Amino acid sequence: MVEVQTCQTMAEAAASLGEGARYLGGGTIVMRQVNYGDQSFHRIVRALQPERGVRGDVQGLRIGAGTTMADLLASSEVRFLHPVARQIGGPAIRNMATLGGNLFAQNPYGDLAVALLALDAQVVMSGGQAQPMERFLAERGHLRGLVEAVSLPRPQPGTFYFRKVSRVKPKGVSVMSLAGCLRSGDPRVVFGNMGPAPTRARAAERALAGGLSEAAISAACSVCTEGLAPADDALASAWYRREVAAVHLRRMLDSGASD
Amino acid sequence: MAKTPVTFTLNDAEAALFVDPGAALVDVLRRGAGDLTPKQGCAQGTCGACTVLIDGVPHLSCLTLAETVQGRHVETTSGLAGGPDLHPLQKAFIEGFAAQCGFCTSGMLMAAKSLLDQTPDPTRDQVIEAISGNLCRCTGYEPIVDAILTAAAEMQGRPAQQGVR
Repeated sequence: MVEVQTCQTMAEAAASLGEGARYLGGGTIVMRQVNYGDQSFHRIVRALQPERGVRGDVQGLRIGAGTTMADLLASSEVRFLHPVARQIGGPAIRNMATLGGNLFAQNPYGDLAVALLALDAQVVMSGGQAQPMERFLAERGHLRGLVEAVSLPRPQPGTFYFRKVSRVKPKGVSVMSLAGCLRSGDPRVVFGNMGPAPTRARAAERALAGGLSEAAISAACSVCTEGLAPADDALASAWYRREVAAVHLRRMLDSGASD
Repeated sequence: MAKTPVTFTLNDAEAALFVDPGAALVDVLRRGAGDLTPKQGCAQGTCGACTVLIDGVPHLSCLTLAETVQGRHVETTSGLAGGPDLHPLQKAFIEGFAAQCGFCTSGMLMAAKSLLDQTPDPTRDQVIEAISGNLCRCTGYEPIVDAILTAAAEMQGRPAQQGVR
Protein backbone atom coordinates (compact mmCIF):
# COMPACT_ATOMS: atom_id res chain seq x y z
CA MET A 1 0.00 0.00 0.00
CA VAL A 2 1.29 3.46 -0.80
CA GLU A 3 1.43 6.48 1.43
CA VAL A 4 -0.01 9.75 0.11
CA GLN A 5 1.53 13.08 0.98
CA THR A 6 -0.48 16.15 0.05
CA CYS A 7 1.42 19.44 -0.28
CA GLN A 8 0.09 22.92 -0.87
CA THR A 9 2.55 24.09 -3.52
CA MET A 10 4.82 22.51 -6.11
CA ALA A 11 7.86 23.83 -4.24
CA GLU A 12 6.78 21.92 -1.14
CA ALA A 13 6.09 18.84 -3.25
CA ALA A 14 9.53 19.09 -4.86
CA ALA A 15 11.13 19.23 -1.42
CA SER A 16 9.14 16.16 -0.32
CA LEU A 17 10.20 13.98 -3.24
CA GLY A 18 13.00 11.52 -2.72
CA GLU A 19 13.80 7.84 -2.71
CA GLY A 20 10.71 5.71 -3.34
CA ALA A 21 8.43 8.69 -4.06
CA ARG A 22 6.47 9.52 -7.20
CA TYR A 23 4.72 12.82 -8.00
CA LEU A 24 1.03 12.46 -8.85
CA GLY A 25 -0.24 14.89 -11.50
CA GLY A 26 -3.37 13.90 -13.40
CA GLY A 27 -3.10 10.29 -12.34
CA THR A 28 -3.10 8.69 -15.78
CA ILE A 29 0.42 7.31 -15.35
CA VAL A 30 0.96 6.98 -11.60
CA MET A 31 -2.50 5.62 -10.64
CA ARG A 32 -2.13 3.00 -13.33
CA GLN A 33 1.14 1.94 -11.68
CA VAL A 34 -0.58 1.92 -8.27
CA ASN A 35 -3.42 -0.24 -9.63
CA TYR A 36 -0.94 -2.72 -11.05
CA GLY A 37 1.03 -3.01 -7.82
CA ASP A 38 4.20 -1.26 -8.98
CA GLN A 39 6.72 -1.84 -6.19
CA SER A 40 9.27 0.75 -7.38
CA PHE A 41 7.70 3.45 -5.17
CA HIS A 42 5.83 3.49 -1.89
CA ARG A 43 4.94 7.14 -1.55
CA ILE A 44 2.82 9.47 -3.69
CA VAL A 45 3.40 13.20 -3.43
CA ARG A 46 0.84 15.61 -4.81
CA ALA A 47 0.32 19.36 -4.80
CA LEU A 48 -3.02 21.09 -4.30
CA GLN A 49 -1.93 24.10 -6.36
CA PRO A 50 0.22 22.93 -9.26
CA GLU A 51 1.08 25.53 -11.90
CA ARG A 52 -1.78 25.25 -14.35
CA GLY A 53 -2.64 27.17 -17.49
CA VAL A 54 -0.99 29.04 -20.35
CA ARG A 55 0.63 32.42 -19.91
CA GLY A 56 1.90 34.42 -22.84
CA ASP A 57 4.10 37.51 -22.99
CA VAL A 58 6.46 39.10 -25.50
CA GLN A 59 9.11 36.48 -24.73
CA GLY A 60 6.88 33.56 -25.58
CA LEU A 61 4.65 31.10 -23.76
CA ARG A 62 4.82 29.39 -20.40
CA ILE A 63 2.61 26.36 -19.79
CA GLY A 64 2.26 24.97 -16.27
CA ALA A 65 3.02 21.29 -15.68
CA GLY A 66 -0.49 20.84 -14.24
CA THR A 67 -2.16 22.04 -17.44
CA THR A 68 -4.45 19.32 -18.79
CA MET A 69 -4.98 18.44 -22.44
CA ALA A 70 -8.51 19.88 -22.07
CA ASP A 71 -6.97 23.14 -20.72
CA LEU A 72 -4.73 23.34 -23.81
CA LEU A 73 -7.77 22.81 -26.05
CA ALA A 74 -9.55 25.65 -24.24
CA SER A 75 -6.66 28.09 -24.73
CA SER A 76 -6.51 30.22 -27.85
CA GLU A 77 -2.88 31.10 -27.02
CA VAL A 78 -1.76 27.59 -28.00
CA ARG A 79 -4.05 26.93 -30.96
CA PHE A 80 -1.11 25.29 -32.75
CA LEU A 81 -1.07 22.58 -30.06
CA HIS A 82 -4.77 21.78 -30.44
CA PRO A 83 -4.24 19.06 -33.09
CA VAL A 84 -1.80 17.40 -30.68
CA ALA A 85 -3.94 17.62 -27.53
CA ARG A 86 -7.09 16.57 -29.40
CA GLN A 87 -5.50 13.28 -30.44
CA ILE A 88 -4.41 12.29 -26.93
CA GLY A 89 -6.83 9.85 -25.26
CA GLY A 90 -10.58 10.24 -25.11
CA PRO A 91 -12.40 13.13 -23.39
CA ALA A 92 -11.95 11.72 -19.87
CA ILE A 93 -8.20 11.23 -20.32
CA ARG A 94 -7.90 14.76 -21.72
CA ASN A 95 -9.63 16.11 -18.60
CA MET A 96 -7.02 14.40 -16.43
CA ALA A 97 -3.72 13.99 -18.28
CA THR A 98 -1.28 16.85 -17.76
CA LEU A 99 1.55 18.34 -19.75
CA GLY A 100 3.97 17.48 -16.94
CA GLY A 101 3.00 13.82 -17.05
CA ASN A 102 3.28 13.68 -20.83
CA LEU A 103 6.95 14.66 -20.56
CA PHE A 104 7.53 11.38 -18.69
CA ALA A 105 5.12 9.17 -20.64
CA GLN A 106 6.74 6.07 -22.08
CA ASN A 107 5.97 4.67 -25.53
CA PRO A 108 3.41 4.45 -27.03
CA TYR A 109 2.35 7.64 -25.19
CA GLY A 110 3.96 11.06 -25.04
CA ASP A 111 2.76 12.77 -28.23
CA LEU A 112 2.84 16.21 -26.64
CA ALA A 113 6.51 15.76 -25.72
CA VAL A 114 7.20 15.08 -29.42
CA ALA A 115 5.59 18.41 -30.31
CA LEU A 116 7.40 20.29 -27.53
CA LEU A 117 10.79 18.98 -28.68
CA ALA A 118 10.05 20.23 -32.20
CA LEU A 119 9.05 23.61 -30.74
CA ASP A 120 12.39 24.03 -28.89
CA ALA A 121 10.66 24.10 -25.51
CA GLN A 122 12.63 24.53 -22.30
CA VAL A 123 11.67 22.48 -19.26
CA VAL A 124 11.49 24.64 -16.14
CA MET A 125 12.18 22.74 -12.93
CA SER A 126 10.86 23.71 -9.54
CA GLY A 127 13.51 26.11 -8.32
CA GLY A 128 13.60 27.94 -11.64
CA GLN A 129 16.42 26.28 -13.55
CA ALA A 130 15.53 25.49 -17.18
CA GLN A 131 16.96 23.00 -19.62
CA PRO A 132 16.26 22.23 -23.28
CA MET A 133 13.76 19.45 -24.01
CA GLU A 134 16.41 17.36 -25.71
CA ARG A 135 18.65 17.23 -22.64
CA PHE A 136 15.63 16.74 -20.37
CA LEU A 137 14.45 13.75 -22.42
CA ALA A 138 17.91 12.18 -22.27
CA GLU A 139 18.00 12.52 -18.49
CA ARG A 140 14.35 12.05 -17.56
CA GLY A 141 14.82 8.48 -16.26
CA HIS A 142 17.15 9.55 -13.47
CA LEU A 143 16.05 13.12 -12.90
CA ARG A 144 15.89 14.69 -9.46
CA GLY A 145 13.33 17.39 -8.87
CA LEU A 146 9.93 18.33 -10.19
CA VAL A 147 8.90 19.86 -13.49
CA GLU A 148 7.04 23.11 -12.88
CA ALA A 149 6.33 24.30 -16.43
CA VAL A 150 7.63 24.47 -19.98
CA SER A 151 8.47 27.65 -21.80
CA LEU A 152 8.60 27.96 -25.54
CA PRO A 153 8.80 30.56 -28.25
CA ARG A 154 5.62 31.10 -30.26
CA PRO A 155 6.10 29.33 -33.60
CA GLN A 156 5.88 31.53 -36.66
CA PRO A 157 2.44 31.03 -38.24
CA GLY A 158 2.37 28.21 -40.75
CA THR A 159 5.52 26.48 -39.52
CA PHE A 160 4.24 23.86 -37.05
CA TYR A 161 3.33 20.41 -38.34
CA PHE A 162 2.02 17.37 -36.47
CA ARG A 163 0.90 13.89 -37.40
CA LYS A 164 -0.09 10.99 -35.18
CA VAL A 165 -0.20 7.54 -36.71
CA SER A 166 -2.52 5.13 -34.92
CA ARG A 167 -4.47 2.05 -35.89
CA VAL A 168 -7.73 3.07 -34.20
CA LYS A 169 -9.65 6.24 -34.94
CA PRO A 170 -10.56 8.63 -33.42
CA LYS A 171 -8.71 7.42 -30.33
CA GLY A 172 -5.67 5.21 -30.45
CA VAL A 173 -2.11 5.06 -29.20
CA SER A 174 0.73 5.96 -31.50
CA VAL A 175 2.43 3.61 -33.91
CA MET A 176 4.55 6.73 -34.26
CA SER A 177 4.01 10.46 -34.04
CA LEU A 178 5.78 13.19 -35.94
CA ALA A 179 6.17 16.90 -35.35
CA GLY A 180 7.97 19.57 -37.30
CA CYS A 181 8.75 23.21 -36.80
CA LEU A 182 9.78 24.11 -40.33
CA ARG A 183 11.13 27.62 -40.23
CA SER A 184 13.73 28.12 -42.90
CA GLY A 185 17.37 27.85 -41.90
CA ASP A 186 16.92 25.90 -38.67
CA PRO A 187 14.03 23.45 -38.98
CA ARG A 188 13.09 20.71 -36.52
CA VAL A 189 11.78 17.26 -37.40
CA VAL A 190 10.95 14.98 -34.46
CA PHE A 191 9.72 11.40 -34.30
CA GLY A 192 7.98 9.81 -31.31
CA ASN A 193 7.90 6.07 -30.60
CA MET A 194 10.91 5.65 -32.91
CA GLY A 195 13.30 5.21 -29.98
CA PRO A 196 13.17 5.23 -26.19
CA ALA A 197 12.26 8.96 -26.18
CA PRO A 198 11.18 11.53 -28.80
CA THR A 199 14.10 11.95 -31.18
CA ARG A 200 15.17 14.64 -33.66
CA ALA A 201 15.72 13.37 -37.19
CA ARG A 202 18.77 15.52 -37.81
CA ALA A 203 19.48 14.27 -41.34
CA ALA A 204 15.94 15.18 -42.36
CA GLU A 205 16.33 18.59 -40.68
CA ARG A 206 19.49 19.29 -42.72
CA ALA A 207 17.69 18.30 -45.93
CA LEU A 208 14.85 20.76 -45.15
CA ALA A 209 17.08 23.66 -44.06
CA GLY A 210 16.71 25.37 -47.42
CA GLY A 211 12.92 25.19 -47.52
CA LEU A 212 10.12 22.82 -48.43
CA SER A 213 10.82 22.22 -52.14
CA GLU A 214 9.82 18.88 -53.64
CA ALA A 215 13.49 17.93 -53.95
CA ALA A 216 14.14 18.83 -50.31
CA ILE A 217 11.13 16.84 -49.12
CA SER A 218 12.25 13.79 -51.12
CA ALA A 219 15.76 14.11 -49.71
CA ALA A 220 14.43 14.45 -46.16
CA CYS A 221 12.20 11.40 -46.57
CA SER A 222 15.08 9.27 -47.87
CA VAL A 223 17.20 9.95 -44.77
CA CYS A 224 14.54 10.45 -42.09
CA THR A 225 15.19 7.21 -40.18
CA GLU A 226 18.91 7.92 -39.70
CA GLY A 227 19.68 7.89 -36.01
CA LEU A 228 16.27 6.51 -35.01
CA ALA A 229 16.01 3.29 -33.03
CA PRO A 230 12.43 1.99 -33.18
CA ALA A 231 11.49 -1.13 -31.24
CA ASP A 232 9.10 -4.02 -31.82
CA ASP A 233 5.91 -3.79 -29.81
CA ALA A 234 2.33 -5.01 -30.00
CA LEU A 235 1.42 -2.20 -32.42
CA ALA A 236 4.14 -2.63 -35.04
CA SER A 237 7.57 -4.10 -35.62
CA ALA A 238 10.70 -1.99 -35.77
CA TRP A 239 11.07 -3.02 -39.43
CA TYR A 240 7.55 -1.76 -40.24
CA ARG A 241 8.17 1.52 -38.47
CA ARG A 242 11.35 2.12 -40.46
CA GLU A 243 9.56 1.22 -43.70
CA VAL A 244 6.65 3.62 -43.21
CA ALA A 245 8.39 6.55 -41.47
CA ALA A 246 9.16 8.30 -44.77
CA VAL A 247 5.57 7.86 -45.97
CA HIS A 248 4.24 9.58 -42.86
CA LEU A 249 6.83 12.36 -42.97
CA ARG A 250 5.74 13.09 -46.54
CA ARG A 251 2.06 12.97 -45.60
CA MET A 252 2.66 15.34 -42.70
CA LEU A 253 4.49 17.82 -44.94
CA ASP A 254 1.91 17.46 -47.75
CA SER A 255 -1.04 18.02 -45.41
CA GLY A 256 0.25 21.44 -44.43
CA ALA A 257 0.94 23.20 -41.18
CA SER A 258 -1.48 22.60 -38.32
CA ASP A 259 -1.48 26.19 -37.07
CA MET B 1 -1.74 2.80 7.54
CA ALA B 2 -4.12 5.58 8.53
CA LYS B 3 -7.22 6.06 6.45
CA THR B 4 -8.09 9.48 5.10
CA PRO B 5 -11.53 11.06 5.56
CA VAL B 6 -13.13 12.27 2.34
CA THR B 7 -16.43 14.09 1.95
CA PHE B 8 -18.00 14.76 -1.41
CA THR B 9 -21.38 14.94 -3.11
CA LEU B 10 -22.31 11.64 -4.73
CA ASN B 11 -25.15 12.37 -7.13
CA ASP B 12 -27.62 14.19 -4.86
CA ALA B 13 -26.37 12.96 -1.48
CA GLU B 14 -23.48 13.83 0.76
CA ALA B 15 -20.93 11.03 1.13
CA ALA B 16 -18.42 10.85 3.98
CA LEU B 17 -16.00 7.95 3.86
CA PHE B 18 -12.64 6.84 5.17
CA VAL B 19 -10.43 5.77 2.28
CA ASP B 20 -7.24 3.73 2.18
CA PRO B 21 -4.14 5.62 1.06
CA GLY B 22 -3.71 5.24 -2.69
CA ALA B 23 -7.27 3.95 -3.19
CA ALA B 24 -8.82 4.65 -6.57
CA LEU B 25 -12.19 6.40 -6.69
CA VAL B 26 -13.83 3.43 -8.44
CA ASP B 27 -13.03 1.15 -5.49
CA VAL B 28 -14.28 3.70 -2.98
CA LEU B 29 -17.53 4.21 -4.91
CA ARG B 30 -18.14 0.48 -5.26
CA ARG B 31 -16.93 -0.87 -1.91
CA GLY B 32 -17.23 2.19 0.29
CA ALA B 33 -20.34 3.94 -1.02
CA GLY B 34 -21.99 0.77 -2.39
CA ASP B 35 -22.56 2.35 -5.81
CA LEU B 36 -21.87 -0.51 -8.22
CA THR B 37 -22.61 1.43 -11.43
CA PRO B 38 -19.00 2.46 -12.23
CA LYS B 39 -17.32 -0.71 -13.53
CA GLN B 40 -13.73 -1.66 -12.91
CA GLY B 41 -12.53 -2.79 -16.32
CA CYS B 42 -8.89 -2.38 -17.30
CA ALA B 43 -7.65 -0.30 -14.31
CA GLN B 44 -5.30 1.49 -16.70
CA GLY B 45 -7.41 4.13 -18.41
CA THR B 46 -8.05 2.27 -21.63
CA CYS B 47 -11.64 1.02 -21.48
CA GLY B 48 -13.70 3.86 -19.99
CA ALA B 49 -16.07 1.52 -18.10
CA CYS B 50 -15.39 3.42 -14.86
CA THR B 51 -16.22 6.86 -16.34
CA VAL B 52 -17.88 9.22 -13.84
CA LEU B 53 -18.45 12.96 -13.95
CA ILE B 54 -16.48 15.07 -11.49
CA ASP B 55 -17.80 18.62 -11.34
CA GLY B 56 -19.63 17.86 -14.57
CA VAL B 57 -16.79 16.60 -16.74
CA PRO B 58 -15.84 12.98 -17.46
CA HIS B 59 -13.04 11.40 -15.46
CA LEU B 60 -11.82 7.84 -15.21
CA SER B 61 -12.53 6.78 -11.64
CA CYS B 62 -9.93 3.98 -11.82
CA LEU B 63 -7.18 6.59 -12.32
CA THR B 64 -8.57 9.13 -9.86
CA LEU B 65 -7.00 9.09 -6.41
CA ALA B 66 -10.10 8.92 -4.20
CA GLU B 67 -9.04 11.67 -1.81
CA THR B 68 -8.79 14.17 -4.68
CA VAL B 69 -12.61 14.37 -4.88
CA GLN B 70 -12.77 16.06 -1.46
CA GLY B 71 -15.48 18.72 -1.68
CA ARG B 72 -16.33 17.92 -5.29
CA HIS B 73 -19.45 16.63 -7.04
CA VAL B 74 -19.28 13.07 -8.39
CA GLU B 75 -22.02 11.82 -10.70
CA THR B 76 -22.53 8.16 -11.54
CA THR B 77 -25.13 6.25 -13.51
CA SER B 78 -27.08 5.53 -10.33
CA GLY B 79 -27.92 9.23 -10.21
CA LEU B 80 -29.25 9.41 -13.77
CA ALA B 81 -32.77 8.13 -13.17
CA GLY B 82 -35.21 10.32 -11.27
CA GLY B 83 -36.93 7.74 -9.06
CA PRO B 84 -38.83 5.31 -11.27
CA ASP B 85 -38.33 7.51 -14.34
CA LEU B 86 -35.31 6.58 -16.38
CA HIS B 87 -33.14 9.25 -17.98
CA PRO B 88 -33.86 9.65 -21.73
CA LEU B 89 -30.40 8.18 -22.41
CA GLN B 90 -31.23 5.07 -20.39
CA LYS B 91 -34.58 4.70 -22.16
CA ALA B 92 -32.95 5.10 -25.56
CA PHE B 93 -30.28 2.53 -24.70
CA ILE B 94 -32.97 0.00 -23.70
CA GLU B 95 -35.26 0.67 -26.63
CA GLY B 96 -32.40 0.74 -29.14
CA PHE B 97 -30.74 -2.46 -27.86
CA ALA B 98 -27.61 -0.43 -27.15
CA ALA B 99 -26.56 -2.65 -24.26
CA GLN B 100 -25.41 -6.15 -25.08
CA CYS B 101 -23.34 -7.56 -22.21
CA GLY B 102 -23.84 -4.22 -20.47
CA PHE B 103 -20.36 -3.86 -18.99
CA CYS B 104 -19.50 -0.67 -20.90
CA THR B 105 -23.01 0.79 -20.58
CA SER B 106 -22.64 2.91 -17.45
CA GLY B 107 -19.39 4.44 -18.75
CA MET B 108 -21.04 5.10 -22.11
CA LEU B 109 -24.03 6.72 -20.38
CA MET B 110 -21.83 9.08 -18.36
CA ALA B 111 -19.74 10.05 -21.39
CA ALA B 112 -22.97 10.65 -23.30
CA LYS B 113 -24.54 12.66 -20.46
CA SER B 114 -21.51 14.93 -20.38
CA LEU B 115 -21.80 15.46 -24.14
CA LEU B 116 -25.52 16.27 -24.01
CA ASP B 117 -25.04 18.60 -21.03
CA GLN B 118 -22.64 20.69 -23.13
CA THR B 119 -23.89 19.98 -26.65
CA PRO B 120 -27.64 19.26 -26.51
CA ASP B 121 -27.93 18.64 -30.25
CA PRO B 122 -24.73 16.85 -31.27
CA THR B 123 -23.77 15.58 -34.69
CA ARG B 124 -22.99 11.91 -35.20
CA ASP B 125 -19.27 12.73 -35.33
CA GLN B 126 -19.49 14.58 -32.01
CA VAL B 127 -21.14 11.53 -30.44
CA ILE B 128 -18.40 9.27 -31.79
CA GLU B 129 -15.75 11.62 -30.42
CA ALA B 130 -17.50 11.81 -27.04
CA ILE B 131 -17.46 8.03 -26.57
CA SER B 132 -14.04 7.54 -28.16
CA GLY B 133 -12.56 6.73 -24.76
CA ASN B 134 -15.13 4.01 -24.07
CA LEU B 135 -14.61 0.52 -25.42
CA CYS B 136 -17.50 -1.84 -26.17
CA ARG B 137 -16.08 -5.35 -26.51
CA CYS B 138 -19.39 -6.55 -27.94
CA THR B 139 -18.54 -3.99 -30.67
CA GLY B 140 -22.09 -2.66 -30.57
CA TYR B 141 -21.09 0.92 -31.33
CA GLU B 142 -23.72 1.72 -33.96
CA PRO B 143 -26.75 1.13 -31.67
CA ILE B 144 -24.96 3.10 -28.91
CA VAL B 145 -24.39 6.09 -31.20
CA ASP B 146 -27.99 5.83 -32.46
CA ALA B 147 -29.31 5.69 -28.89
CA ILE B 148 -27.41 8.82 -27.87
CA LEU B 149 -28.72 10.70 -30.91
CA THR B 150 -32.25 9.44 -30.16
CA ALA B 151 -32.01 10.63 -26.56
CA ALA B 152 -30.69 14.01 -27.72
CA ALA B 153 -33.64 14.37 -30.09
CA GLU B 154 -36.13 13.43 -27.38
CA MET B 155 -34.59 15.88 -24.92
CA GLN B 156 -34.86 18.55 -27.60
CA GLY B 157 -38.54 17.70 -28.01
CA ARG B 158 -38.37 16.50 -31.58
CA PRO B 159 -38.91 13.05 -33.10
CA ALA B 160 -35.86 10.81 -33.29
CA GLN B 161 -34.44 10.13 -36.73
CA GLN B 162 -33.94 6.42 -36.40
CA GLY B 163 -31.24 4.84 -38.51
CA VAL B 164 -29.81 8.13 -39.76
CA ARG B 165 -26.14 7.58 -40.42
